[in-house]
Amino acid sequence: MSANTMTDDKPAAQAPARSLTAGQMPRWVWSVTAGGALAVGAGLAAVLGEGFSVAGWAIFSAVLFILGMYVITWRVQNRRRAVDGLWRNLVWAAFLLALVPLISVLWTVLAQGLPTLLSNPGVLIYDMSTTNGATDIATQQDGARLSGGFVHGLIGTVMITLLATLISVPIGLMASVYLVEYSRGGWFARAITFFVDVMTGIPSIVAGLFAFAAVQLFITTFIGDGPAQLQMVKMGLSAAIALSVLMIPVVVRSTEEMLRVVPNELREASYALGVRKWRTIMKVVLPTSISGIASGVTLAIARVTGETAPILVTAGFIASTNWNPFSEWMTALPVFIYRQLVNPTAPSAADPSQMRAWAAALVLILIVMLLNLLARIIARAFAPKKTGR
Amino acid sequence: MAKRIDAVDLNVYYGKFLAVEDVNIKIEPRSVTAFIGPSGCGKTTFLRTINRMHEVLPGAYAEGEILLDGENIYGPGVDPVNVRAEVGMVFQRPNPFPTMSIRENVLAGYRLNGTRMSKSDADAIVEKSLRGANLWNEVKDRLDKPGSGLSGGQQQRLCIARTVAVEPSVILMDEPCSALDPISTLAVEDLINELKENYTVVIVTHNMQQAARVADRTAFFNIQGTGKPGKLIEYDDTINIFQNPQNEQTQNYVSGRFG
Repeated sequence: MSANTMTDDKPAAQAPARSLTAGQMPRWVWSVTAGGALAVGAGLAAVLGEGFSVAGWAIFSAVLFILGMYVITWRVQNRRRAVDGLWRNLVWAAFLLALVPLISVLWTVLAQGLPTLLSNPGVLIYDMSTTNGATDIATQQDGARLSGGFVHGLIGTVMITLLATLISVPIGLMASVYLVEYSRGGWFARAITFFVDVMTGIPSIVAGLFAFAAVQLFITTFIGDGPAQLQMVKMGLSAAIALSVLMIPVVVRSTEEMLRVVPNELREASYALGVRKWRTIMKVVLPTSISGIASGVTLAIARVTGETAPILVTAGFIASTNWNPFSEWMTALPVFIYRQLVNPTAPSAADPSQMRAWAAALVLILIVMLLNLLARIIARAFAPKKTGR
Repeated sequence: MAKRIDAVDLNVYYGKFLAVEDVNIKIEPRSVTAFIGPSGCGKTTFLRTINRMHEVLPGAYAEGEILLDGENIYGPGVDPVNVRAEVGMVFQRPNPFPTMSIRENVLAGYRLNGTRMSKSDADAIVEKSLRGANLWNEVKDRLDKPGSGLSGGQQQRLCIARTVAVEPSVILMDEPCSALDPISTLAVEDLINELKENYTVVIVTHNMQQAARVADRTAFFNIQGTGKPGKLIEYDDTINIFQNPQNEQTQNYVSGRFG
């Protein structure tokens, strides 16, 4: 393959190489191998599978390329280099494999949701209060314009998430300040850390049931337990409480990590200037770590935005827009998607419901992506300035 | 302004571990006192008891008295925060606040405590403190740039300016030059010599030449072995410590035959 066909893999046994470039593989070897693997892989996929498939082609080619590179490198160079190359290729393969579901999900949602969103931007403005089986049948069979939309789900998601953030950020922030700045590693702090870890693992439906039961208990104790009062339990606030149960441990953990990396020297510098502890925390520790805290909070918000089960249990779902999270049922975007797919508005004409569901899924993904982007921007904007020369 | 420090029968603990035993020392106002000794002998620990920074660590405490112009800082009802406003400290590694500009760093002692002042007062304090730390000419054109953008030696002088700005009576320095190059070290040493006009300066150093250069009096601390408490072995004028030590351990240490 190369000018120097050195096949011996025991360099100690031979005389020192005369040329400094001895035993090197030319750079074109890997592209030739890749080309060969793709060609043979295409043949194998066509012969072995029932008909040609892209997935089969990719798998055959990848396996052939990895094995081929291993054998060629061993022959041309030595075994050590071959093993090194083998593992590098395997790591690359694992990375590409991990990307497959991500890209596949994004592609599917884009392909299914984008056409609806572009041809019927009205889904972002209308709710479902005027949509019924008849309008959907008209859309599917007579080509009438797609009616309805998910603005009520958008509003519900925003209100519920906002309320959940308002509840969980102060609690989570103060809990982690206690853990890092005040606890000194006592049994109480260890217990909090343990239960926070446990809370991170509870299934979201349990959080929903907990919030439902807690609000019900509160209402029956303080307001009364007639049927009207029991109706009050299902509201945006209950859903926000359920989401808080899921959010608080995430906020505590991420904030705790961020506070721990604040150098102790800064606290001591502040104390040495005669500054009180709470002022040191407020003016030195928190500002220094605010970028990490803010991005941690944003990621926690992004995580709960996609929750379905706890919101379905606590806030229910309605067809009309409800701006008030303190009374009446509320629809969140994930719940809307779930309902539209499982119980289409017109059972005999499910296509319009599916179109709305895919468009809503795309919007939900966009919201979560924007929140992630926001987290990065916040982290950069608040980060301590490193240079100023 | 500068105050006298008297330590009386001071024992310093980390939890149950006695780190420094039975220190009695009188430090004169308007002087520079150096603490020397091998690593782990308790000089830094003792230094940190003088402004009650020692007890910031979990389980750490001190017994005995430290008198600041006769007033016991370990007396009942004494607020450690007030002690620290009176006894400033400069640390081993320069630690300007990374979120603050040079100007804000100098004013940190006021800003962090929420003290309100007019802009002209603030400007006056910034200039006076930075001049006092020999840093004014280097940074006067970029006061609003981050303090962490300065060189290591400039950062350390910024930390000294920050300490001087709150007008303490005593300035403690914990190996202030150990992270600096010789030129920056010289700048800080010159500064220490100027600071003793107005302040009581106590400096911990591993560099015996530095102690000989800057200190009026020198205290030698030593430790008998690991797990044993550190002790004050000898305390005298610097020239006596280095040229005519009374104690054999001091003799061995300053002549390099030990540790």
